[in-house]
Amino acid sequence: MKTASPFLELDDAPRVTVTFDGMPLSLPEGANLAATLLAAGVEVFRHTPVSGAPRAPFCMMGACFDCLVEIDGVVRQACMIEVSDGLKISKPHEAQDDPA
Amino acid sequence: MTRRDLVTIGAGPAGMAAAAKAAGLGLSVTVLDEQPRPGGQIYRDVDRAAPLRGDILGPDYAHGASLTAGLRQDGIDHVPGAVVWAIEEGFRISYTRDGQGAQIMADRVLLATGALERPMPVPGWTLPGVMAAGAGQILLKQSGVLARRAVLVGSGPLLYLIAAQMVRAGTPPAAMVETQTRSDITRAMRHLGGAMRGWRYLAKGLKLLAEITRAGVPRYTAARDIAIEGTDRAEAVCFTRRGRTHRLACDTVFLHHGVVPNTQAARSLGVTHRWSTAQGCFVPSVDDWGETDVPGVFIAGDGAGIGGAGVAEIAGRLSALKLAEQAGRLSTSERDRQAAPLRTAMLREMAVRPFLDAAYPPCAEALLPADSTIVCRCEEVTAGDIRSYAGLGCLGPNQTKAFGRAGMGPCQGRYCGLSVTALLAEANGQTPDETGHYRIRPPLKPVTLGELAGMETASQNAAE
Repeated sequence: MKTASPFLELDDAPRVTVTFDGMPLSLPEGANLAATLLAAGVEVFRHTPVSGAPRAPFCMMGACFDCLVEIDGVVRQACMIEVSDGLKISKPHEAQDDPA
Repeated sequence: MTRRDLVTIGAGPAGMAAAAKAAGLGLSVTVLDEQPRPGGQIYRDVDRAAPLRGDILGPDYAHGASLTAGLRQDGIDHVPGAVVWAIEEGFRISYTRDGQGAQIMADRVLLATGALERPMPVPGWTLPGVMAAGAGQILLKQSGVLARRAVLVGSGPLLYLIAAQMVRAGTPPAAMVETQTRSDITRAMRHLGGAMRGWRYLAKGLKLLAEITRAGVPRYTAARDIAIEGTDRAEAVCFTRRGRTHRLACDTVFLHHGVVPNTQAARSLGVTHRWSTAQGCFVPSVDDWGETDVPGVFIAGDGAGIGGAGVAEIAGRLSALKLAEQAGRLSTSERDRQAAPLRTAMLREMAVRPFLDAAYPPCAEALLPADSTIVCRCEEVTAGDIRSYAGLGCLGPNQTKAFGRAGMGPCQGRYCGLSVTALLAEANGQTPDETGHYRIRPPLKPVTLGELAGMETASQNAAE
């Protein structure tokens, strides 16, 4: 997955484990969640409630709300969150039981 | 509840410079900022990123560290991670931090909320892999994340800056698709004399262009009929140029055709906004200190009209002078004496704008998009939908909400407001001022019941 990412990551920071839709990902601790999910190869962050179209980060500054994800039952902007160990992230309103 | 002489919203160049100056003049200042670290978007995360990749980002970026240093002084309480969602008379400011609501009172408020990318609705702009060019720069500044195979699309100096930074980082863009034409540049030449006073910016622009050319990045100017292809994500940029059709395969598309003031907070306070023909957007009405027609509400930086980081920094200091005068900390004559050199510097910083505005106009087809193009990203309302509402008698942006929910999604019209005004104005034969803009009300950002419930204790304390 990592090599397939359209993004390249310059920094080398200590990593922690989070899950996205149940899939474990190793992300740099304290990094911007939206940026680091993109770098990890996550392409679709959510589907729109209107047509089900796929969406991913667009503005990276908290204005467009296209990077919405669900964490602990709350829908939040991934670009306004820092990575911490154990985050369970899913597409909003598409949460499945964690296979783990 | 805490009451401060001044609360500044935003910790970009305007907010940081204003806070430092105001605190230096004896005001108690709180800076509320959404980001975890100061800098705004232009100097995003500068304290952490400049030492890591200052060579890629350049000296103008590193300059931001002098402003973040100014925040670390007595008299300034910098509150990072604070998402402001209401500013009420008096002034009572409500915000969320760490999942908890909070409030603070201020005698005066300075809005330093900066700019947003001008919306660039072209076919396919909602696909994953399509981002604002500013977002591409934020990825690089804050996170050291670079797009491997990107095409930059649109017009304006920011495109050259990000392209040059990508070159320096070793991942040059696959191509640049630019919408400005030779006649735009010809028209801009009459402003060149005036722009020479801002020669430093012109020299920087030429240097960036040289870096891009030397790296062999293909540039396609005068591009039209731009569309992004892809089913689940962006796969290619298509356009025509001099009658020929081009298709450039890519993974990432960065769109940009200028920035516009972020007016959400100012509008929610009832500040008057007027259409600026030169900038092609609404700007708040402010005096030459940044004070609005709502007493005690000031705006500095790009939020008051686009001028860039240099102008924002000076504007912040000018606002601080009048704020200090109103608070009784500075005589009128001393205020004016300190303002004089700032105004001279401001003129120099502004000198290049008329040339840039003429040379890199917004992309016309994205100002009035084709019927099938989505303009409201949140509610997926197309340009054709807006035109059909006009045909049914819809006169203003607020009515479009009732017709089809445009502007009612979580972004609250930030990325469709200007498009909806332009489409309605065109369809109804009105000016943008006659058509108007969405009415903006709190909450400015979504707030949860849990965050509201957490505020109870603070409010009780205030009532006592």
